[in-house]
Amino acid sequence: MNDEHVLVTVQGLKKYFPITKGILIRRVVGAVKAVDDISFNIHRGETLGLVGESGCGKTTTGRTILQLYRPTAGHVIYDGTDLTQVKGQSLRNLRKRMQMIFQDPYASLNPRWSISRIIGEPLRVHKILEGKKAQEERIKHLLELVQLDPYHLNRYPHEFSGGQRQRIGVARALASAPEFIVCDEPISALDVSIQAQVVNLMEDLQDQFGLTYLFIAHDLSMVRHICNRVAVMYLGVIVEMSDRDEVYDHPQHPYSKALLSAVPIPDPRATRARQRVILEGDVPSPSNPPAGCRFHPRCPIVGEECRVDIPKWREIAPGHFVACHKV
Amino acid sequence: MDPVLEVKNLKVQFNTLEGIVHAVNGVNFTVEEGKTLGIVGESGCGKSVTVLSLMRLIPEPPGRIVDGEVIFKGENLFKINKSSIQNIRGAEIAMVFQDPMTSLNPVLTIGYQISEALMVHKRISKQEAIRRTWKLLEMVGIPLVKESFHDYPHQFSGGMRQRVMIAMALSCDPSILIADEPTTALDVTIQAQIVELTKKIQSQLGMSIIWITHDLGIVAEIADKVIVMYAGYIVEEADVFTIYENPVHPYTLALLKSLPRVDSKRYERLAIIHGSPPDCLHLPQGCPFVLRCGFAVKRCSEENPQLKNIESEHKAACWIDVRTGKTR
Repeated sequence: MNDEHVLVTVQGLKKYFPITKGILIRRVVGAVKAVDDISFNIHRGETLGLVGESGCGKTTTGRTILQLYRPTAGHVIYDGTDLTQVKGQSLRNLRKRMQMIFQDPYASLNPRWSISRIIGEPLRVHKILEGKKAQEERIKHLLELVQLDPYHLNRYPHEFSGGQRQRIGVARALASAPEFIVCDEPISALDVSIQAQVVNLMEDLQDQFGLTYLFIAHDLSMVRHICNRVAVMYLGVIVEMSDRDEVYDHPQHPYSKALLSAVPIPDPRATRARQRVILEGDVPSPSNPPAGCRFHPRCPIVGEECRVDIPKWREIAPGHFVACHKV
Repeated sequence: MDPVLEVKNLKVQFNTLEGIVHAVNGVNFTVEEGKTLGIVGESGCGKSVTVLSLMRLIPEPPGRIVDGEVIFKGENLFKINKSSIQNIRGAEIAMVFQDPMTSLNPVLTIGYQISEALMVHKRISKQEAIRRTWKLLEMVGIPLVKESFHDYPHQFSGGMRQRVMIAMALSCDPSILIADEPTTALDVTIQAQIVELTKKIQSQLGMSIIWITHDLGIVAEIADKVIVMYAGYIVEEADVFTIYENPVHPYTLALLKSLPRVDSKRYERLAIIHGSPPDCLHLPQGCPFVLRCGFAVKRCSEENPQLKNIESEHKAACWIDVRTGKTR
């Protein structure tokens, strides 16, 4: 892949959240290292999946890329511009081109706003369309794009089901005609029979507008379906990244192997026949991550070097990156 | 073999300001000794209400058990008095809930909470209860049991809390363990731990399990028999292999088709089920699935099909034979 294909470059991104103590005199006593030195590219028009367990830093990564959190260190280069260096109006101008879809369709829509106001907000904020008439036309068109009837315009969020609300969230994200959308667990709050509807819609919109998605999820089956490439995160770092078939059929990192083998398969014979790697214990706290490889306390093939040295991010096959001493 | 639990024609309704919610509409099933029954369905399909009403745990009012019998060890649980049901609840039939944080008392140590159940139900001394609690904690894989005994729920992670819940449920040697979405709030690697643990304990103690979930993957792994619920009705029932390999209800069929698989390279478009589940306040006339069904004919919107035997031990409620497209 040459540079023309790259839309977003993330370099050495770190985001630490301070832990403070004291009421009158607040002092910083530590940091939650939510994201700790990650680097990757997102190509134009692709869907990059970011998977991992809760607390591994997936959401923080997405938000830091969009500058909703300012990174502690590192760079996010968006189409040639370093987002970490711009602010104010120039950042706002760039923000038009990047949007976000949130996990909880109940919490992410203002219950006191009508649908037309919710979807129209990006148009007003970015002054994209002047005039009520033009805005209303655009909002109607957006509703049609997400397969909702335009007569819903003056309704309120509580009148919609979860799946419909998520469509409204998608319509709002599309309002400013973005090219890049961070989808933060867009389907995990939805019922099984509704998930496929929203996933198909997102795929159609991608084809239609050439969108680039960063798809953050913990449902590994859906990620395999929708993503072109997948990055596996553990405790603030990316441990493996490659094309979806490489990651799913030939995972190299012991954490990826364990994670994939833990996903239930809706087929009783297949799921009972396969070999599972059951990990011991829980994910350690990101405020005090283990030394060396962060996965070493739970790793089934841990060695001496793993406890001491941080494994290097290596390309073991074209486009297949792993951070593990044992691979 | 006689079933441990038999549910006959269970009907549960809730009175709300908007009208009567028909949460469970005539459900029949049995639980065999030492076997696992999986109940699957989407939110609002009545799966939780079904098991809560077995133990008379739904709030009455607004809830009301309109009809039905629950036969447990020869007794109808809907006919016995309050104190006898308390002896069964927690002792003979125990339950593990979805959210281990809200179902544990945050101001009591976990040791106290487990030993309390033992002292109430088994009438044993405090020392004996503490000893048994250590054993239970060890069985569910809590490290350093003697120290953990004095810890509070917030000191545990989600997976560990669910282990504590399981220990508490097992404390009185129940014949039936009801698990209501016990792994939904957990990560997949922790979910795998809990599933393995439950299977191991079941093989040691031989209790029956009712496992409620919306995740067809988990059911494939753990259940012997599966019930698929939709809008308060059982729409299909069969052993686990038949449900997945030979589903005959259009809803089961569509659900299985809409799921991507982690082990499969087939990337065609996902099959979708149009619309959303019906509101149990206003169920459509006829079959509850009729508006979303790809096979529906005229009769489906007029008459609600009963759950009938398709083959031995395989039941479905549908007018259509999905394999031929003809009416049954």
